[in-house]
Amino acid sequence: MPELLQFLKELISTSGLSGYEDPVRRLIEEAWHPLVDEIGTSRVGSLHALKRGTGGEPRPSLLLAAHMDAIGLMVTGIDGEFLRITEIGGLDPRVLPGQIVTVHGREDLPGLIVQPPAHLLPPDNRNGPVQLNNLLVDTGLSAAEASRLVRPGDLISFAQPPFDLSGDVLVGHSLDNRASIACITQCLMELVGRPLYWDVWAVATTQEEETFAGAYTSAFQLRPTLAIAIDVTFATSPGSPGHKSYPMGKGPTLGWGPNIHSGVFRAVKELASRLEIPYAVEAMPRHSGTDAYALQVAAEGIPTMVVSVPLRYMHTPVEMISMKDILRAGRLLAEFAASLDEKFMSGLVWED
Amino acid sequence: MTIPRFGISQVKLLERLSNACSVSGDEGEVRKIILQELRPYKDDIRVDHLGNILAVRRGQEEGRLRVMLAAHMDEVGFMLVHQEDRDEGIFRFDIVGGVVASHLAGQPVWIGTEHIPGVIGAKPVHLTTGEEVKNPLSIDSLRIDVGPGNGNKVKVGDRATFATRFTRIGPSLRGKALDDRLGVAMLIELIKSAPPNIDLLAAFTVQEEVGLRGAKVAAYSLEPDLAIVLDCTIANDLPAWDNSENTRYNTHLDAGPAIYMADPGTISDPRLVRHFIDTAELAKIPYQVRQPGGGSTDASEIHKQRTGIPSISVSTPGRYLHTPVMIARFSDWKNTFSLVYTALARLTPQVLQPES
Repeated sequence: MPELLQFLKELISTSGLSGYEDPVRRLIEEAWHPLVDEIGTSRVGSLHALKRGTGGEPRPSLLLAAHMDAIGLMVTGIDGEFLRITEIGGLDPRVLPGQIVTVHGREDLPGLIVQPPAHLLPPDNRNGPVQLNNLLVDTGLSAAEASRLVRPGDLISFAQPPFDLSGDVLVGHSLDNRASIACITQCLMELVGRPLYWDVWAVATTQEEETFAGAYTSAFQLRPTLAIAIDVTFATSPGSPGHKSYPMGKGPTLGWGPNIHSGVFRAVKELASRLEIPYAVEAMPRHSGTDAYALQVAAEGIPTMVVSVPLRYMHTPVEMISMKDILRAGRLLAEFAASLDEKFMSGLVWED
Repeated sequence: MTIPRFGISQVKLLERLSNACSVSGDEGEVRKIILQELRPYKDDIRVDHLGNILAVRRGQEEGRLRVMLAAHMDEVGFMLVHQEDRDEGIFRFDIVGGVVASHLAGQPVWIGTEHIPGVIGAKPVHLTTGEEVKNPLSIDSLRIDVGPGNGNKVKVGDRATFATRFTRIGPSLRGKALDDRLGVAMLIELIKSAPPNIDLLAAFTVQEEVGLRGAKVAAYSLEPDLAIVLDCTIANDLPAWDNSENTRYNTHLDAGPAIYMADPGTISDPRLVRHFIDTAELAKIPYQVRQPGGGSTDASEIHKQRTGIPSISVSTPGRYLHTPVMIARFSDWKNTFSLVYTALARLTPQVLQPES
C-alpha cells in the first residue's frame, strides 16, 4: 500500500490533460510493464497492456478501462503578463480564483488564477461569480517574458501538490481518474502468479473528459468479451445531495443502469458479497458519465460494467479519496478476472 | 550612508514568515520567529498585554527623534466554530478579517499550531445547476474537511489559514500573508541595522486585520515623536476587459514603494510625506504615491494616540491581498526597505518643524 500511495501521488503530480496524455502514459507504462506480457499504445494514445490467460483460442478477454486524462485549462490569449483561459473538461469557475497552476509553455511555468476587481470586468459580470472567460492567470513574469514563453493553445494543469490527511486519505487534483489507474495497478499486482483463464487487457484511456475517444477506439481495437470501466463517483460530502453520493472509505460502488449489462453486474455483485468486500449499488439511470458509455457500443456491442471509487469534491483541485476503497476495488477486479472461466459467457443470458 | 544588504537571506526570512500561521488573535507563530531573529537585542524587547512585540534600539546622537515603526504580525484566516460531523471530520468555520469569500472553495488549509491539513471543498460541478453557478458560494455553505477519522485532531476555536507555500518566481515573490510579512521582515532588518541618529521604537502589532487594535496600545506604550507604518497595499494593476485605461489601480507593481497621502483612517502628516518624497528623489529610489482611498493601516490608530503622533504609511505594493496567494515584486520590496532606511537616516527634528 505505501508503494501504491506513492505511485498515486506521482500519477497526480504528472500532467496529462485530455488529448495530451503522453507524460502520464509514460509513467503508467513504466509501472505496468513488469506486471504484463505485452504493452502498446493505440492510435489515439491509450495504453494497452495485456496479461495473457491460459484458455484455449479464441480466448475470451476482459478489458479494464480507466481514463488517464485530467481536466485543466488552455491559454486563449496573452495580455501583458496575464493569460486569458478556457477550460478542458468541466469546471465550476467558482473554485478557480486563487488556484496555483502550471502553464505548459516553452517551459513549465508557475501561474496563479486571478480575478480582476469588479471595475475591470464587463458590466454584466460585476456582480456574483466571475466567469471563466474573465478570469486571468498571473505568470509573475514580466510582459516580455510571458509573451516569449507562452502561446495561445498552451495547456495549464492544476499545481496543488498532493497531501495526506492521514495514512488512508489522500487529497489532490486529478484523483479523477488517476485513482482508478491505481485500482488497475493494484489489480495487476494481485494477479501476479495467479492462474488466469481469460486474457486481461489493462487499458488507460484518453480524452474521457471531452469525447471518450480513447474508450471508443480501444474497445473497437481490442474487441474484448467483457469490459469494466473504473472511475470515481461522488462521495458523501457537504453540499452533495445524499441520494446521489456514497460514503467514502466504505467500499466501491457497482453501477446499475442502461450502460451496464445486468448479468455482469450480478456476477460482480455476488463476488463482492462472497469476498465480503463492502460496496454500494450506484443507480446510473442514463449516461453513466464513464468510459462504459463508449465501451458498450463498440463494434457489435460489449457487455459492460462500471466499478467506481467514491471521491469528495470532484473536479476541484482538492479532490479527496480513501486508499482503502482503491485497494478494495483493485482486489474485486482481480478476483473477478481470476473467476472468469470457459463457462462464464454461456451463463450470461437475458432473463426475460 | 550605506544601505544595509537586502537579498537572499531576507527572502529566506520572508519565506519562513509567509509559511507561518498567525491569524488575528493568535499571532504566536510569527511572534516566535521574530523573537528568535531578535535574540541578540533581547534586553530591549518585551511582549505587551495584547501580544505586540515592542523593541527599542537607542541611537547615539544628541537630540534624536523617537521614531515608531509598526508592522502587523497577523493575517486574515478562519476559526472553526462548530463540529458538524466528528467521524467524517467536517467543521463549520467563520472568517477572521476581510478574507475574500470568492477565493475559498477548492482551497487547502492548515489548522491550528500543528498545521493539521484540511480542505474547503465544493459541490461537484456535475451536481450543480446552471442557476447555482451564477450565485456566489456563501461561507455558510462551505465546510472545512479534515477527512474521516481526523475529527479529533482539531477542535472548535482553532484558527486556520490557507495552506500556501512561499515560492519565488522570476522577479516575483509568491505566497500567502505577504500582507504584512513583507513589513515584518523589513522591520526585523531595520532593528538589526538601525541608523544612529534616531531611537528606533519597533512595534510588531497584533489584530490589525480585526480593527487595528494592537497598534493603538503599542503607540501609547512607546510614546514616539512620529510613526511610520510598514504595510502592504493592493496593486489592482490588472488589464480592463475592454483594454480601456485602468484608472483605479491603487498602486502598480514594479513602480516602487507606495507612499500614502490619505486613506479612510489617516491623512498622512504632510511633513513626513515631503520627507519621504524628497528622500526618494535625492537617493534616486523609485516610488509611487498610492491612490488616495482604499483600506487603512495601523496609522489610523497611531496618529490619534496620546496628544497626537505625526504618522505616515509606506507600503510594498502586492496583488491579491486577503486571498490564498499573493504576488509582489522583490524589487519593490527592496526599494521600500531602501527608502525607509534612507528616510530614517536623514531624519532630524527639523523635519517636524511647522511648515512655514
